[in-house]
Amino acid sequence: MKPFERLTSPVLHLPENRIDTDIIYPARFLLIMQREGLGDYFCRDRRVDPEGNAIPNPIDEAKARGAGILIAGREFGCGSSREQAVWTIADFGITCVIAESFGEIFQANCLRNGVLPIVLDPETIANLLDFAQSGQISVDLVARTITAGNTVIDFAISDNARERLLNGWDETGMIQSRWGSSIADFEKGQRAQQPWLYEPLAL
Amino acid sequence: MTTASAPRTLYRKLWDSHVIELVPGSEGEGEEVRAALIHVDRHLLHECSTHQSFEALRDNGRKVHRRETHLAVPDHAVSTARDRLNVAQEDDSAAAQVARLAANVAEFDIPYVPLDDARQGIVHVMGPELGFTLPGITLACGDSHTSTHGAFGALAFGIGASDCETVLATNAIVQSRAKTVKVELTGTLRPHVTSKDVALALIGRYGAGFATGCAVEFTGEAVRAMAMAARMTLCNMAIEAGARIGLVAPDEVTIDYLRGRPLAPGAELFEQAAAYWRTLPSDAGAEYDRVVSLDLDALAPQITWGTNPQDAAPVDGTVPPAPQDAEAARQHAKALAYMGLEAGQPVTDIAVDVVFIGSCTNGRIEDLRAAAAVAKGRKVASGVRALVVPGSMAVREQAEAEGLDAIFMTAGFDWRMAGCSMCVAMNEDRLKEGERCASTSNRNFEGRQGRGGRTHLMSPAMAAAAAVTGHIADVRTLEELGA
Ligand code: SF4
Repeated sequence: MKPFERLTSPVLHLPENRIDTDIIYPARFLLIMQREGLGDYFCRDRRVDPEGNAIPNPIDEAKARGAGILIAGREFGCGSSREQAVWTIADFGITCVIAESFGEIFQANCLRNGVLPIVLDPETIANLLDFAQSGQISVDLVARTITAGNTVIDFAISDNARERLLNGWDETGMIQSRWGSSIADFEKGQRAQQPWLYEPLAL
Repeated sequence: MTTASAPRTLYRKLWDSHVIELVPGSEGEGEEVRAALIHVDRHLLHECSTHQSFEALRDNGRKVHRRETHLAVPDHAVSTARDRLNVAQEDDSAAAQVARLAANVAEFDIPYVPLDDARQGIVHVMGPELGFTLPGITLACGDSHTSTHGAFGALAFGIGASDCETVLATNAIVQSRAKTVKVELTGTLRPHVTSKDVALALIGRYGAGFATGCAVEFTGEAVRAMAMAARMTLCNMAIEAGARIGLVAPDEVTIDYLRGRPLAPGAELFEQAAAYWRTLPSDAGAEYDRVVSLDLDALAPQITWGTNPQDAAPVDGTVPPAPQDAEAARQHAKALAYMGLEAGQPVTDIAVDVVFIGSCTNGRIEDLRAAAAVAKGRKVASGVRALVVPGSMAVREQAEAEGLDAIFMTAGFDWRMAGCSMCVAMNEDRLKEGERCASTSNRNFEGRQGRGGRTHLMSPAMAAAAAVTGHIADVRTLEELGA
C-alpha cells in the first residue's frame, strides 16, 4: 500500500449527503475482476447516460481536473462493503476524502488502500470550501492539518489509523509478524473452552 | 476498564471473549483502549468480493491459517433461471467470476458449496441453515449484510476484500469496540405486520444514520416471540441504519433452531455449547450508549417511497411533503424526481411493474409462506412481472414440499432458483430504466435494482399484495379490495 503523508491538490466537491456505494461504483461493474482502470467507473451512472453520452456533472468539470481531494456531505460511502468503491476513487486519483461522516466499512476500506478519510463538521467544511474556491488545498497527515489559503485547520484522526497510512503497511504481514504468537495462544485457549469451534467442518 | 463483575451487554461479552490484544491509539478513545486485534472464528465467502483477496494471498505467498473456519458459495451474480446448470448466462463475466471462485477455493482448500449443490444459497441464508452460524462467535464476510447473523447472538460484520485476505491468512482483524444502541420493542405485532415493517419504521423514525458504526441490540417480548427468520430480517436491516452489527440475544428459540443442523456442534458438544450460549444475553443493568424504542401495537405495514431506507411511510399514508430544512428539502425533491412521485400522493396509488420476493432479508421459508398465503387463489395483475427467488435451494425444496411453488405458479409468479437476483441486479434479473418494483430486499438506493429502476421496499406479504393488485396495497384490506 502506498503511504500517505501530504497532498496539495484541487478539490472535487460533491455537495450531497448519502452518496452510497451503489452510486460510487454501480453493482454491475463488480463483475470486473482486475483492479486497474476502475477509475473509469467512478460514479458512472451520474456521468454517462445509457447511450454512452456524457451527462454534465461536477466530477467532469474543468475545475475538478486533477483533484486528489474529494469533499462530500454526510454518510459518504454508506451501503455495501464493496472495496471497489475505494479502488475506483483511488484509481480516479483521489487519495483523501473529507466528509461529515462515512459509511463504516467504506472508512475501514480507505485505510487499507492508502486513502485518508477525514471527518469534519459542516461549518468547517463550508469554510474550507470558501477558501478552496480559488483552487487548491493542502492536507498534511504528519501534522494533522488542512491548509486552505491562509487558514490552517486541525483535523482529528486516531494514532492507529494515522500510523497505518503514514507507513503504508501491509496489514496482514504486520499482524502475522507482530501478533502471530498471540493468535496461536488465543486459539489454544479458545479450543479448550469452546471445543465445538474446532471440530472438523463436516461439509 | 469494566470490572469482571460489572453487568455487561451481549455485545461486550462477545467483544471481550474475542480480544487477542488491545491496540492503543484508536477512534473514540477515552481513558480506555477501544481498539483490539480480535479473533475471527468464522468467515463466509462469495464469488464477487473475494478474487482480489485470494490474489493478495498468492502475491504474498501466504497460506490460509485454518481452512475449516471458512465456507464459500456463489450467490451474487449467479443466474436464477431454472435451467441455469445447462444454459450459459447472458453475461459471461458472471460465470467467469463463479469459475474463479471455484478455482480459488480449490487452490486454497476452502470448504465450498458449488452452484449445483442442494445446499447452495445466499451466504446469509445458507450459513444459518447449515449451522455454520452459531451464538457466541465472531463471523465476517465480504458483504455488508453480514449483520444478519447477529440474530443468533454472534458478532457478525461485513468487511472489504483486503480484510478478507487478512482473515484468510490470520483469522484476526483490528477493529474498534463499537458503541451500543439498545432498541426496545414494546407491544405486539398486529396481523400482517412483520419484522421488516419494524425495521423500516425504526429507520424511518430515527434516520438511516441513527446507529452509524454501532452495535444494535433488539430487545423486548416481541423479539422473543419472533422466529429466527424474523430476527434475521431485523439484524439484516440494522446495516441500513448505519450499524456495523445487529444483535438478538440467544435463547431457546435459537438453540432449538440449531439443534441437528449439519455444521452445528455434534450431540455431546451441543449441550456444552448451549450451556455457554445461555450465558450470553445482556446482564440486568448493563448500560448502553443509547436506547431507542418503538411501540408495535399501532404499527402498520410500511413501504419506502424514496431512495433511502429512512424514506418509510405506513401503507395507509401518503408520500410526505417536503421537509422544512432546505438541504433535506433538496434531497426530498431529488428522491421524488428519481422515483417519479409527487408529495401528497396516497401510497396505495403507486402502480408497480415488477414484484421481487427474495433476498437475504426476506428469502426464507417463513417469508415465502407469508407471500404464498396472499397469492393463494389470486392472480398476478396483468402487466406485472412477479418473481419469487428463494434465499437458498433448501428453502426452495421446503417450499416445494409444502406446495408453495404451485400456489405461486398458478397465480402467475415466476418460480426461480436461489441467489441474490434482483436485490443487487448483478445477474439477468434487473429493472429497466424507469420500471417500478415492489421489493422485499433491503436497499432502495438509486440504480440498486438496475440503472434507473425504482424500488419500494416492503414485506413479503405486502409485495405479494402489490403483485395481485398491480399497485402498492394494504395487505390487511385485500379482501375489501376485491383482489
Ligand atoms: S441478497 Fe442482496 S443484500 Fe443479501 S447478500 Fe445478496 S446482494 Fe447482498
